[in-house]
Amino acid sequence: MKGGTEMVAIESVFGERIGSILRDSTGKIRSINQKYAKPQIKLSRGAKFALLFLRLYLIFLIVLLGYKFWTIVHGGT
Amino acid sequence: MDLLSKFYFNYSRIIKTIKIYLLLAGPGLIVMIADNDAGGITTYAATGAKFGYNLIWFLVLLGPVAYFVQEMTVRLGAVTKHGHAEAIFSAFGSFWGWFSLLDLSIVNWLTMVTEFIGMTAALSIFRVPPVITVIIVVFVMLGIVMSGRYWTWEKITMAFCVVNLIYIPAAFLIHPSVSDIFRAGIIPNFPGGLNGELFFFLMANIGTTIAPWMIFFQQSAVVDKQMKEKDIPWGKVDTAVGSFFTVVVAVFVLIVTGTLLFGQNISDAGAAIVAIMPINSYVGVLFAIGLFDAGFLGAICIALTSSWAFGEVFGWAHSLNYKVKEAFWFYIFYFFGLITAGAVVLIPGAPLVLITLFVQVIAVTLLPAALVFLIILLNNEEIMGKYKNTLFDNITNISIVMCIILISTLYGISTLFPNLFG
Repeated sequence: MKGGTEMVAIESVFGERIGSILRDSTGKIRSINQKYAKPQIKLSRGAKFALLFLRLYLIFLIVLLGYKFWTIVHGGT
Repeated sequence: MDLLSKFYFNYSRIIKTIKIYLLLAGPGLIVMIADNDAGGITTYAATGAKFGYNLIWFLVLLGPVAYFVQEMTVRLGAVTKHGHAEAIFSAFGSFWGWFSLLDLSIVNWLTMVTEFIGMTAALSIFRVPPVITVIIVVFVMLGIVMSGRYWTWEKITMAFCVVNLIYIPAAFLIHPSVSDIFRAGIIPNFPGGLNGELFFFLMANIGTTIAPWMIFFQQSAVVDKQMKEKDIPWGKVDTAVGSFFTVVVAVFVLIVTGTLLFGQNISDAGAAIVAIMPINSYVGVLFAIGLFDAGFLGAICIALTSSWAFGEVFGWAHSLNYKVKEAFWFYIFYFFGLITAGAVVLIPGAPLVLITLFVQVIAVTLLPAALVFLIILLNNEEIMGKYKNTLFDNITNISIVMCIILISTLYGISTLFPNLFG
């Protein structure tokens, strides 16, 4: 019985600790997002074009990975 | 007398230069030699076994390519005093920052798994069980970083870099025909024509020469070493020397497998060792030591890269100059990365081949972004001042970056769809 009570106490302490770490991490991520909300350099037209290219490139890769996943699921290789 | 004094003057000047170089050498040399990691050795070994000496010229060309990309990180680190992850967050905002950081941590962790695969395969030749290899390696790697001094870590790691040269005596032991090497390897040629298989090998060699972690690693190491603008010329020399040695090691691996295993299909460096052992056990042993060292160097640098990057962004103390209690999260992250990557190798039936392939695909998503960010940052006068890219730098670097993006994308696609290029 005593062992069971101790177990519950440990779980409670452990749960609180995990909760505290998660709360701290969320707060930290929020502060990072605020700190770096906007690009801090002036982007030239070329740089803006390069970033647009990167976004399109990533979309292309995601579509490709999605297609690969789809073919695997449907019995392809 | 005059001649003697001139000789003495020149001699002291050279010695002084070498001493300064050894003091400032480190990030460039380490990143370039660690670039020949377990995956790199596997690629070179497979290339040599498949095509003999025929692609030596291609590896030689990759040396300057690696130099031009990595040299930019030296300037950026020395001028901004920020690592690449922090620089991306700061310059391009949180979307690109998180994308780079998370992608980097995934690809780094997967690459570390491949390093552990290489290390366990290498030591299995000496009948060391994988579990012992993983435990010893993790503890040695912890011991190296826990000195609390960047300098100590750097010099110990440079000693491991020297071991990477073990492929040179291995090549001399098998007495390859020098005339054959020059005849087949120096003049650019495409053995069997530019078919799908050859193209895959060319792409794999490029993929292993420029990896995303290298950009983040060298910039963070330059910052941790506290290099200043005045040290940039030495940083460039360091990077050039490193790129020279990375090519030398790659060429000698290719010579060994090109001599002993020509015409065979080698799936990984471990298989190359198994195939070499019956032919020449000394060379097999040297090859195994080299593979272990390559995996070790790769793992230690890659684990540090992730720790530095997270430390920069989350604002943790993130320097090897701190003791463990001063930079707790930095060291915990380093340890956690290593121990989990090592543990995966020990899981029976873990999809190790799939992980190796997946590394290439994920790397393709990060590499273009990291390279484009590098070019944009290096062209920003506000950040770089007089150290911004010159016209020559831009022509060279943008051409290289465009080629790398194109080829690494094709490599990623060919990994996903192996039959696409025939």
